[in-house]
Amino acid sequence: MKTQNSFFRIQIHLILLAISVSAVSCSSEDSGPDWQLVWSDEFEGAAGSSLDQTKWNFEIGRGQNGWGNNELQYYTDRTENASLDGEGNLVIIARQENFQGANYTSSRITTQDKLEITYGRIEARIKTPFGQGLWPAFWLLGTTNSGEIWPQIGEIDVMELRGQQPTKIASTVHGPGYSAGNGITDDYTLTNSRFDTEFHVFAAEWFTDKIDFYVDGFLHHTVTKEEIENAGNEWVYNDPFFLILNVAVGGNYVGSPNASTPFPQSLTIDYVRVYGE
Amino acid sequence: MITTYSNTMKQILYSGLLFILVLPGCERSVNDLDEPTFPTNPNVFIDGFSGGLNYAAFAGSVPAAFQVDTEVTFDNTSSSMRFEIPEVNDPRGGYAGGTFFTSGPRDLSGYNALTFYAKASESVPMDIVGFGNDLGANTYVASVTDFRVNSNWNKYIIPIPNPEVLTEEQGMFFYSFGPIDGKGFTIWIDEVKFENLGTIAQPRFEIFNGEDATTSTFTGVTTSVTGLNSIYNLPDGSDQLVNASSAYFNFSTSDETVATVDESGTITTGVPGSAVITASVGDIDADGSLTVESRGQFNSAPTPTRDAENVISVFSDVYDNVDVDYYNGFFNGDGQTTQGGTGPGGADLIVNENGVINYTQLNFVGIGMFDTVPSIDASEMTHFHVDINVNEAVQSGDFIRLQLINSVGNSETSGSFTINSNILLQNTWISLDIPLSSFSGLSSRSEIGLIFFISDNSVSNIFVDNIYFYKN
Repeated sequence: MKTQNSFFRIQIHLILLAISVSAVSCSSEDSGPDWQLVWSDEFEGAAGSSLDQTKWNFEIGRGQNGWGNNELQYYTDRTENASLDGEGNLVIIARQENFQGANYTSSRITTQDKLEITYGRIEARIKTPFGQGLWPAFWLLGTTNSGEIWPQIGEIDVMELRGQQPTKIASTVHGPGYSAGNGITDDYTLTNSRFDTEFHVFAAEWFTDKIDFYVDGFLHHTVTKEEIENAGNEWVYNDPFFLILNVAVGGNYVGSPNASTPFPQSLTIDYVRVYGE
Repeated sequence: MITTYSNTMKQILYSGLLFILVLPGCERSVNDLDEPTFPTNPNVFIDGFSGGLNYAAFAGSVPAAFQVDTEVTFDNTSSSMRFEIPEVNDPRGGYAGGTFFTSGPRDLSGYNALTFYAKASESVPMDIVGFGNDLGANTYVASVTDFRVNSNWNKYIIPIPNPEVLTEEQGMFFYSFGPIDGKGFTIWIDEVKFENLGTIAQPRFEIFNGEDATTSTFTGVTTSVTGLNSIYNLPDGSDQLVNASSAYFNFSTSDETVATVDESGTITTGVPGSAVITASVGDIDADGSLTVESRGQFNSAPTPTRDAENVISVFSDVYDNVDVDYYNGFFNGDGQTTQGGTGPGGADLIVNENGVINYTQLNFVGIGMFDTVPSIDASEMTHFHVDINVNEAVQSGDFIRLQLINSVGNSETSGSFTINSNILLQNTWISLDIPLSSFSGLSSRSEIGLIFFISDNSVSNIFVDNIYFYKN
């Protein structure tokens, strides 16, 4: 155990080192965004308690057509599906259980009407679930304040993962003319680690003319206003967006769970932090 | 003086080692230095045999099935391992199989998987590949039986069930490949090595294949923990099941007076009551359990006393038994429902080292001696002996008909003898000595190839022991 602890500590140091190094290199690359923390949830609190509802909303139910993706879960606000673990993390738990006509339950939380931002650095430290049919995501949606609907409102997916591909995440933007399967996307694959065995830091840095996506400080995907407009499409990222964290079960993106998919499955979130310039 | 000197040397050696080890942030603590350490060479076969590696073919396999191949290699390296699997009836051997082992042990505890590349002349399953076969105790054997290979090189990963125990391992890689549909083929394997992969994770372990089973048994009965699996999630998201030897597991019982379990997974039943056998690997509890319900003392059949030279034994711990094909032919196509006769040497129960057959769901069952073994020449014998204990209430109309078949499938003759309900007893052994002349219709007994127990469901659960022919 001693051995493992010291190894773990070293890993943490390395991760911290990586973060600080990347923060330095980002600010130099981006010719000086001096990120200031403007909002965060560190998920401190007693084990089993629910999350801070001054910051977050629960979205309940099955949505329209399984939240537009034929997803199989029923989202609840129960602590069985989302609660603090007492160690500084929020845990969203997907369960296999019959509930309100669905075969699975989970949670989906948003900052709608509580935190709406335009531009900035949006960051979370996350450990994902795994297994066929699990679909965790950390993402942003544009508000419908002006009466627009998806995909006109825009969508920024900082991280989504197929549980059957535990070493790979995707970062994507969706807008009018480039939504759903035509989103502007890129994958990031770990060569000797996995997203379900340790925490990784996912971030999007959102500017007036581009969005940069990072994993553990590594810039892996950039989407520019120029490339969207050159393709004849519209840059829809100048309006307020809100944050979403969820674990879907099944659906078009991942397919259904199978007999070997282990349940329950957890998405563990150490923190969510939002920075402005 | 000598002692002091060597102690000093040790201390110097230790501090020197410590210094070296600490610098790269190695995980070893000082305590570990007291234990002998072995080379950590991860390579088994890269471009040839790694240092200290030997090869031995398994008994009955084609001795030269394994060859080093310099033509077909992974990534155009200098050589690979080629395995030629024989056709059925190849006089050289029935399969290709062998083990690669090192002369001295290696410390593999820093790795979590054995990996290799493989391809084949056609799309075939690899019967079995694994490690831990050292031609000795074979303590930490782990193997995979569901790999498929095709004509492209692919990488295969065998996760080590629990790496921390492999501090002294000599069994690096073993294989056994048989013909498919009677035909031979070729498999190439290359780049065999142990690795520490960050991409395999989420271990689960199983005993009894993850099932919660129950057994009703007796004091002194021994049985084994079976269905030992290790399951890791691979980089591609799939689960890899590895068959693991018992040494990887720690077993425990909920009540030592009712059932004990030793480190090899042998369960011994004690006093009446109920105990649950469970297991763990490292700090992970295995799925699956066995609830042992002890019914107390087992009443053994009377021990045979006849002189061995007057006996031809089919099932007994007192005599040497003849070879049999099976103690249950499972003639399911003919409507057989009978279970049992499937343990070691046919014994479903081993009570104080005496094996007993337990036929359950009995309608009929045959013991065969005609397919791959010689039939019994009972010409000189005068009687057939069997001990039967009915493990349920005996109703009027119950019966067990014994049938002997001579020269099976080749102008066969048969004779039968029926034991009626007034002879059968519940929970009590009856010893039957039946003159062979009483098996009406058995015109010859020079090639007895089948012994049937037939109840037509009238009696469904019996213990059977001491099946033999004898002469007075």
